[in-house]
Amino acid sequence: MSTQEHEATQNLTLVQSVRDALATEMELDDDVLVMGEDVGKNGGVFRATEGLYDEFGEDRVIDTPLAESGIIGTAVGMAAMGLKPVPEIQFSGFAYPGFDQIVSHMARLRTRSRSRYTLPMTLRMPYGGGIRAPEHHSESKEAFYTHEAGLKVVMPSTPYDAKGLLISAIRDPDPVVFMEPKLIYRAFRGDVPEGDYEVPIGEAVTRREGSDVSVFTYGAMTRPTMEAAEELTEEGIDAEVVDLRTVSPMDREAIVESFKKTGRACVVHEAPKTGGLAGEITATLQEEALLYQEAPVKRVTGYDVPYPLYALEDYYLPNAARVADGIKEAAEF
Amino acid sequence: MSTLERDPGDGMVQVLDEEGGVVGDVPDLSEDEFVAMYRHMKLARHFDERAVSLQRQGRMGTYPPLSGQEGAQVGSSMALAEDDWMVPSYREHGAAMVRGLPLKETLLYWMGDERGSLIPEDANVFTPAVPIASQIPHATGMAWAEKLKNGGDTEKAFICYFGDGATSEGDFHEGLNFAGVFDTPNVFFCNNNQWAISVPREKQTASETLAQKAVAYGFEGVQIDGMDPLAVYKATTEALEKAKDPEEGERRPTLIEAVQYRFGAHTTADDPSVYREEGEVEKWKAKDPIPRLEQFLRNQGILDDDRVAEIEESVREEVADAIDAAESTVRPDPDSMFEHVFAEQTPEIRRQAEEFAQLRETHGDEAFVEE
Repeated sequence: MSTQEHEATQNLTLVQSVRDALATEMELDDDVLVMGEDVGKNGGVFRATEGLYDEFGEDRVIDTPLAESGIIGTAVGMAAMGLKPVPEIQFSGFAYPGFDQIVSHMARLRTRSRSRYTLPMTLRMPYGGGIRAPEHHSESKEAFYTHEAGLKVVMPSTPYDAKGLLISAIRDPDPVVFMEPKLIYRAFRGDVPEGDYEVPIGEAVTRREGSDVSVFTYGAMTRPTMEAAEELTEEGIDAEVVDLRTVSPMDREAIVESFKKTGRACVVHEAPKTGGLAGEITATLQEEALLYQEAPVKRVTGYDVPYPLYALEDYYLPNAARVADGIKEAAEF
Repeated sequence: MSTLERDPGDGMVQVLDEEGGVVGDVPDLSEDEFVAMYRHMKLARHFDERAVSLQRQGRMGTYPPLSGQEGAQVGSSMALAEDDWMVPSYREHGAAMVRGLPLKETLLYWMGDERGSLIPEDANVFTPAVPIASQIPHATGMAWAEKLKNGGDTEKAFICYFGDGATSEGDFHEGLNFAGVFDTPNVFFCNNNQWAISVPREKQTASETLAQKAVAYGFEGVQIDGMDPLAVYKATTEALEKAKDPEEGERRPTLIEAVQYRFGAHTTADDPSVYREEGEVEKWKAKDPIPRLEQFLRNQGILDDDRVAEIEESVREEVADAIDAAESTVRPDPDSMFEHVFAEQTPEIRRQAEEFAQLRETHGDEAFVEE
């Protein structure tokens, strides 16, 4: 990447930055192709592939039959033969017909073939709630994929990270599940460099320095978390916000380092509590930094119920008020 | 009319009858090739018998036998050109062997050693898939990649093996549907061995034939006698040619239903006497592909008693050597469990690997290994 390219920035929404990442990488590497339902002429139901069909043609921006296992399974075959497919699943709630291909093959082919075959594929899927969508359109099931060895799972929260992480994911020799927070696809804009750059997979970033309590979050929940952290300064609580960006492999070092500084933690995600990543983070702190611990780790998460229809989703999703309560509880224990 | 253009309900393609008599067009193979075909089949059979025996003696884990399917496996894999690819299920040890996968590797895999999964670079064989039908979309994707990389042309074809049970899975339909839509150079080879573990073919589908399912995907399907290696060779050759070089207006993919029978169990873990009659097995054993080809080759003056004895001897030696090689391979290094997960170990995997190494050092391997 050249400095010159970095001088030119664009002000993009997160979904535009996804599109920009795809276009950038497709321009640089002929092996990269996009495939999925409605990704071609229609430009994707969220417009994440808008215009790519006209730019790169139907052999690189492929409208497939409506079949998730077929999309992921054929991408596995393509990737094994050296292409770099970026299949899109329209909503993460529709990934389950392809789940067998994800866990039995996408995650395992390197192991199963002792590295003769590797899968440089990136499975994109918008996840999460808050957009008044119908049933099965709002789930946050990153725990499934992080539990599966052999997959990397990325969940960006800003347009800058979305582009840089997606480029890294496409270049990664191993399969990546790239979960996009559709709630914030268009919620705000951010500066995004033109040209290519990488944000490394597996590195968390501190969004806000603080000394009283560490708040760990990722994806769409980063916004209400930041909002809560800002509000709490009025009450004299100085929260540090760590955005994981990649949930697998998780940046345990960054998590533990932040916690050692504050001795208190609150974890925020919209996925259900039981078996969710907040449990994993809590356990990591127990293992790695018990003697620094000054308060129980607070978990602010979705509930252990099927994602509700949208009349109730505002009650289900953590918001700034709930996050602020959680941070306060950890800070004031 | 090519074999493939037959109506799938139009009776099975056969070259040899059950006595080895000629009833169809004999494919154009040299004497050496005919003998090679026979030897491969004898080798696959003997390997299979020895593998089942090793499992019974506790020298190998669960193993899926192939006896009865040598004609389908060898006939089809011999039809492949060197650059073509095969995408197997978990039972195609015979076909993989023809394609250059050493028998030792197959043994190691079923002996639970991951190194058996490492297919030599010069063998165009994909890693075996255990979940039913899941390899079918892979084969379509592989063939599709070949076409995309060559601007629509293709010099390679991709044969994918699966059983009759696989045709009930969504992945069968999705894989074949994609192949039809994107016109990929695929040959879908169904080893219809009549039983999906204990469930018979007629409880698998109400379709009259499995081959006719191809109609739904817009390409040809053909039902062949899967216990007739020459019919298998012929139909597969035609399908591979069409995949690489179709006529104007012709679709590249083909579904071949090779009607056959597995003489033994689905795997060494089940007992077929629970679900099928011995009479049925006997009826199918009369169609055994090996004596059938042998009789044909004797009739042609290509084989005689001496040559057959010589082949049997060399096959026994080859299998014995492979078993010796597999059994004398030292157990895999336990640390290798943490390799081949990612191109580069993640910090957590590295940490777990270090913890594991520490445990071994503290307790010694004897603390872990159950005898």
